[in-house]
Amino acid sequence: MLSLSCAVADAAGSGDHVEFNRDVRPILSDTCFKCHGFDKNSRKADLRLDIPAEAFAKHKKITPIVPGKPLESEVFRRMMTDNPDDLMPPPKSNLSLTPAQRDTIKRWIEQGAVYQPHWAFIPPKTPAVPTVKNAAWVRNPVDAFILAKLEHEGIAPSPEADKATLIRRVCLDLTGLPPTPAEVAAFVSDSSPQAYENLVDRLLKSPRYGERMAIDWLDAARYADSNGFQGDRDRTMWPWRDWVIHALNSNMPFDRFTVEQIAGDLLPGSTVSQKIATGFNRNHMLNGEGGRIAEESRVDYVMDRVETTGTVWLGLTIGCCRCHDHKYDPLLQKDYYQFYSFFNNVAESGAVDAGGNANPVMRIVREKDDAGLIALRENLAAAEADLASQQSQIDSGQAAWEKSVTPVEWTVADIATFKSEGGATFKMLPDKSLLVSGANPVTDVHEVTLRTDQVELRSLRLEAMRDPSLTEGGPGRALDHGNFVLDTIEAQAVSVADPKLVKKIIFATAHADYSQPGWDVVGAIDKDPKTGWAVFGTKVTRTAQFTFAEPVGFPGGTELRFRFHYQTSNRNHSMGRFRLSLTSGTALPPDIASILHTPADDRNDTQKKLLNDYYRSSVDASSRDLIAAVAAAKRRLEDYEKSQPLTMVMQELPKPRPAHILIRGVWDKPGEAVTANTPGFLPPLPAGATANRLALAQWLVDPANPLTARVTVNRYWQTFFGIGLVKTSEDFGVQGEPPSHPDLLDWLATHFIAEKWDVKAMHRLIVTSAAYRQSSRVTPELLERDPANRLLARGPRYRLSSSAIRDQALLLSGMLVERVGGPPVRPYQPAGVWEDATFGTIKYQQGHGEDLYRRSIYTFWRRIVAPTEMFDTSNRNVCTVRLPRTNTPLQALVLMNDVTYLEAARNLAQRVMLAAGPAPEMRLALAFRTATGRAPTDPELRILANGLQRELIRYRADTTAAMKILSHGESPRDPKLDPAELAAYTAVVSTILNLDEVVTKE
Amino acid sequence: MAMDPRTEAQLIASRRQFLSWSGVSIGGAALATMLSRDLLAAGAQPAASAVGNGIPPGLAHFAPKAKRIIYMFQSGAPSHVDLFDYKPNLAARRGQELPESVSMGQKLSTMTSGQKSRAVLPSITKFAQRGQCGRWMSDYLPHIGSIADDICVIKSMHTESVNHAPATTFALTGAEQPGRPSMGAWLSYGLGSENSNLPAFIVFNSRDKEASCGQIFYDYYWGAGFLPSKYQGVKFRSAGDPVLYLSNPDGIGANARRDMLDDLSQLNSIKLKEAGDPEIATRIAAYEMAFRMQASVPALADLSDEPKHILEMYGTDVKRPGSFAMNCLLARRLSERGVRFVQLMHAGWDQHRNLMTQLKIQCDDTDQPAAALVKDLKQRGLLDETLVIWGGEFGRTVFSQGDINSKGPLGRDHHPYCYSLWMAGGGIKPGYTHGETDDYAYNVVKDGVHVHDLNATILNRLGIDHEKLTYRFQGRYFRITDVHGELVTPIIT
Repeated sequence: MLSLSCAVADAAGSGDHVEFNRDVRPILSDTCFKCHGFDKNSRKADLRLDIPAEAFAKHKKITPIVPGKPLESEVFRRMMTDNPDDLMPPPKSNLSLTPAQRDTIKRWIEQGAVYQPHWAFIPPKTPAVPTVKNAAWVRNPVDAFILAKLEHEGIAPSPEADKATLIRRVCLDLTGLPPTPAEVAAFVSDSSPQAYENLVDRLLKSPRYGERMAIDWLDAARYADSNGFQGDRDRTMWPWRDWVIHALNSNMPFDRFTVEQIAGDLLPGSTVSQKIATGFNRNHMLNGEGGRIAEESRVDYVMDRVETTGTVWLGLTIGCCRCHDHKYDPLLQKDYYQFYSFFNNVAESGAVDAGGNANPVMRIVREKDDAGLIALRENLAAAEADLASQQSQIDSGQAAWEKSVTPVEWTVADIATFKSEGGATFKMLPDKSLLVSGANPVTDVHEVTLRTDQVELRSLRLEAMRDPSLTEGGPGRALDHGNFVLDTIEAQAVSVADPKLVKKIIFATAHADYSQPGWDVVGAIDKDPKTGWAVFGTKVTRTAQFTFAEPVGFPGGTELRFRFHYQTSNRNHSMGRFRLSLTSGTALPPDIASILHTPADDRNDTQKKLLNDYYRSSVDASSRDLIAAVAAAKRRLEDYEKSQPLTMVMQELPKPRPAHILIRGVWDKPGEAVTANTPGFLPPLPAGATANRLALAQWLVDPANPLTARVTVNRYWQTFFGIGLVKTSEDFGVQGEPPSHPDLLDWLATHFIAEKWDVKAMHRLIVTSAAYRQSSRVTPELLERDPANRLLARGPRYRLSSSAIRDQALLLSGMLVERVGGPPVRPYQPAGVWEDATFGTIKYQQGHGEDLYRRSIYTFWRRIVAPTEMFDTSNRNVCTVRLPRTNTPLQALVLMNDVTYLEAARNLAQRVMLAAGPAPEMRLALAFRTATGRAPTDPELRILANGLQRELIRYRADTTAAMKILSHGESPRDPKLDPAELAAYTAVVSTILNLDEVVTKE
Repeated sequence: MAMDPRTEAQLIASRRQFLSWSGVSIGGAALATMLSRDLLAAGAQPAASAVGNGIPPGLAHFAPKAKRIIYMFQSGAPSHVDLFDYKPNLAARRGQELPESVSMGQKLSTMTSGQKSRAVLPSITKFAQRGQCGRWMSDYLPHIGSIADDICVIKSMHTESVNHAPATTFALTGAEQPGRPSMGAWLSYGLGSENSNLPAFIVFNSRDKEASCGQIFYDYYWGAGFLPSKYQGVKFRSAGDPVLYLSNPDGIGANARRDMLDDLSQLNSIKLKEAGDPEIATRIAAYEMAFRMQASVPALADLSDEPKHILEMYGTDVKRPGSFAMNCLLARRLSERGVRFVQLMHAGWDQHRNLMTQLKIQCDDTDQPAAALVKDLKQRGLLDETLVIWGGEFGRTVFSQGDINSKGPLGRDHHPYCYSLWMAGGGIKPGYTHGETDDYAYNVVKDGVHVHDLNATILNRLGIDHEKLTYRFQGRYFRITDVHGELVTPIIT
């Protein structure tokens, strides 16, 4: 098969100098180190070949490697033997060596068997920028490294891409969106030498830049809007997502970007924003499965943090050390659990215990620049001030009232008639109470009338009384326990003299000497039939008093009609025995009455407060309104604050949790105790540093760390060229692929540190290089020579991410709604997908209006079923820094048939029909130019024009079909345009949106 | 180890076939490049590899016994105690505490780990001997009983995790953590497709009618893990398009689509000539296959050509979209069309507190269709080359969840230490029963079969050495059996 590992291929040629890291290590690592390497548990024959001291030492009279003498080296002899018992690697391992590989080993030993430490673990030194023959091609140092290698290979770089291609490429790369035709035209006609650099600077300043770059970081951080696992509950982490976008847009240096996310909570005087940043380590999945052991989950989460941090900053497959020492890299299982200890001290239980989130969480209330919040706070302050200003007046009013209050005189009412809607019967007892018996309906209403000559009636008293005939002695008729629930009292007064005079009685207050918790007597006079007065467990008469909003009573006598409702879902809960009394006084609640009986000087603070509150809420109408205003303002503010999102953050326990090596990685099999520390083979924490997350964060971005800068710039390279200089961007260890341009990688890494981790400057450096600006056209010869473009003799060309394809379609159709940040949105999705995945438990509530047209980064990401219109995405379950790029029929189906793309096709069709005049060629050319950034060639335009004619005939003949193709999506269709014509253009534009060139960055 | 060159050659062959669909002629160099690009994308590295083994390209590691798989995954964990693992002596021990000497302090789910009493709840069903082989089987599964001589029951399955999601992930991908390729992905990667109009790996979901248990299916149960995503299972849906976005949108008919695709293909061909990127040829081919799927998938899902007696075999539910019965019939139709791996995910077996009522309902739902599928394949001569698997992620405890003496609901908790599973067809010994458990159906006492062993055996039946189907990721070669897996030779023919 063809090889593109140029370095290895080179070394296979004879005569050249053999270099350990480039030529020999990959061979030994693949075939020898598993049994003769770092991992002591799987080491065979007590022999290791990964360090020279061991490889050169005598083992029982045999020396594995004798520098300079392959034929005396046991290692080489065992590689060459015909004896299958001796052959290395052993046949049963299914491993073997090619003749070229054996030859490489032979020459390496001949040349002295010089070992090198693994390249990525040696701190990078700034290499000299190479001199090249074609110095004119070099725009910045990046190019010198690229060209030096190309010149060595005898390949010429490609010419610069034409300007239209270039602006589209760099716009897509830096902002995730293509340029408009006007922007293309302006750039093409800008002949200033700095035109391209000016363009780049403009793009770097665009808020779109942060949205574009955040996507990669969200993949790495396994960001999602749900928890995954059983139930897959929704969570709120979007404040963290917005933090990322903002940090990228404001060009936060990468070292600070790191420290705030790993340990923002531990920074002195840490801000809300820095705490939000720590959500990075809370983005892992959360397991709410029934029967799940919380501690087991918690251990999983800590492990996820370890492995994510290992991948993102260090490019290490540290996860291999959960269960055992690393087979290839110098990482011990102990290193893993020391690293684990940094993340083990979060105040969390492992349960999903904060709504869909898990503690610790933080409510994000923006302190500044939130007009809504400021207004609510001002409202509250104003209401409180109003109340305060009336204070002395209210106090004197209260004093006067206290003096004027006299005890009320109750008159027991003579009941005239009574009736039960449910058919119960009544008996009047000598004390004028009514005893209910007979039928005991599930729900009932008691109608009671009585006559009185009193006028100015102000209060009603209801005594719920016990009787031996009732269940448990009453006072209600509920089976088993004798409770009742009085949910509503209706009352009216009728003039005896003129029965046409009827007045509905409105109750103002309700008080009882006892209400069952949850069944306050106020429930009997509110409008809610589900609430009411109940007295469960009571063994004495219970008394309720109700005051009227206005005095009642007609001269010449009044008939009072009451209807007592018992209609809650509690069965048979009517009253069993009761008595009614009336008074012209305003009934005071018993506790207030008793306070008033107490001399003012003898009242304690609680009593004073109760009395004050009562006066203000029930007696003095003006202060009642003021108090209500304060309460309402307070409630509105609280409601608003509660409506603000909770986001998960890191927060340390006061005392670190003990950490142990977990035997075989099993959560409940602790072994040796460990404390937080960094891996032993990397530089240590500074002497005297407290080994906590903050120290870890600072250690990650310490210039002495050999990995972080390399790993980071390599990911940036991958962002722009599609493949990193180290292809395995997730693995810089021994088993990772060596860099295609090691010196360039080191130059970029040291430059990045020297430039104070300036991310935008690094991006600018890369995209302004001549290497990046090359045409991506490829000749068969070059394709054969370098199929994956690792030598970079041409520009990058690959399919856009699915989110970029969607965003592009929204932009060029004019539908894109650009607004940075906020809660996730739910655009179009085929019906039933969430329901299907969750067996109906989670329904997809599609958004409308602007929600349909936001950038894809804001689309709700449900872990168990990712957005359906996306493909080749990270699964957002675990950290992902390198995405697959495939090419399947299912992707074609999305782009052909998804409503978003059809709606985009219709809107773009509409735009060009309105903007490009009546000539079909002009319209089609504009559509093509909008989508590709360039004018169509004649043959292309001919295909489009023929297609348009064909579709026009089709849709004119079938106007129903025309209306149907125009019906996709919720945006309105322009009624001025002929439907058949718009339909035909829509079909052709749909084809344009499916072009390889449109979905590809060229 | 490196991908075996035989597999490599086979992948190349299957890609040649893929290219031939496109009808687009591209130069030899481009073709070679495209193949090598794909191989590199597939993780193949020019690493150590055996050469000159003399096996012609296009073959599996050895002669396959089965060409394809239908995996009826019974999610939630069917109770082996009540269905397959006959323990007549337990009846006398009803209500007795499970001896410590049996449970040995092994971990349990938190739903019963705190339960004070672990009272033995004997099988709630009756067992009878079925078939010539005389295997004892539950009367709750009369139809599967009727194929007793066609199936092989393993009573000594065991696994690692005590919770559904990790155990299911383990059964289907060989690892508890999400992110590894599922078996169907491995097989489509290793063996490719036999049908150019359909995906090689197709998944159906169904659940019990009463939705009595809460198991959810994560898409990584049929994911490609670190394999290229084209190997992931394609989920066929019961409502709407069987495949998402399959139907042409309203207003675009099949003829219009064909015309539009011709335009697209012409325009893309111009681009291919100009830019030289072989990816464009692949894209043209992908659109063409999409078009063919638009025709082939609805035809597949259209059951109107099935005669009445066949529909009746699968039971009355067969006409209800999304039912296990309909999915079983569709699985047969897919197997006829050469689809490599059909995964039927069926939820509803998680009977913690409702065993007395739900076990019967669940059996009634699944028994007849599962048996009908085997019979139907057999009468068409397809059973010999199709491997049918029926099983869940673990078993259930012999002791009762809930107080056995109360009138309250009873059930059984999760139990990874033994469970039962059956297979039929391609290269599996019919009428055979493998392995034994102790008197309490609690631990394996003879011929234990670990999930890795089962998966190694399944791959073997398809002609694949499980140690050789590997993929390089994060610096090492992964396989579905990790570093484990022993072929279970007694169950194979």
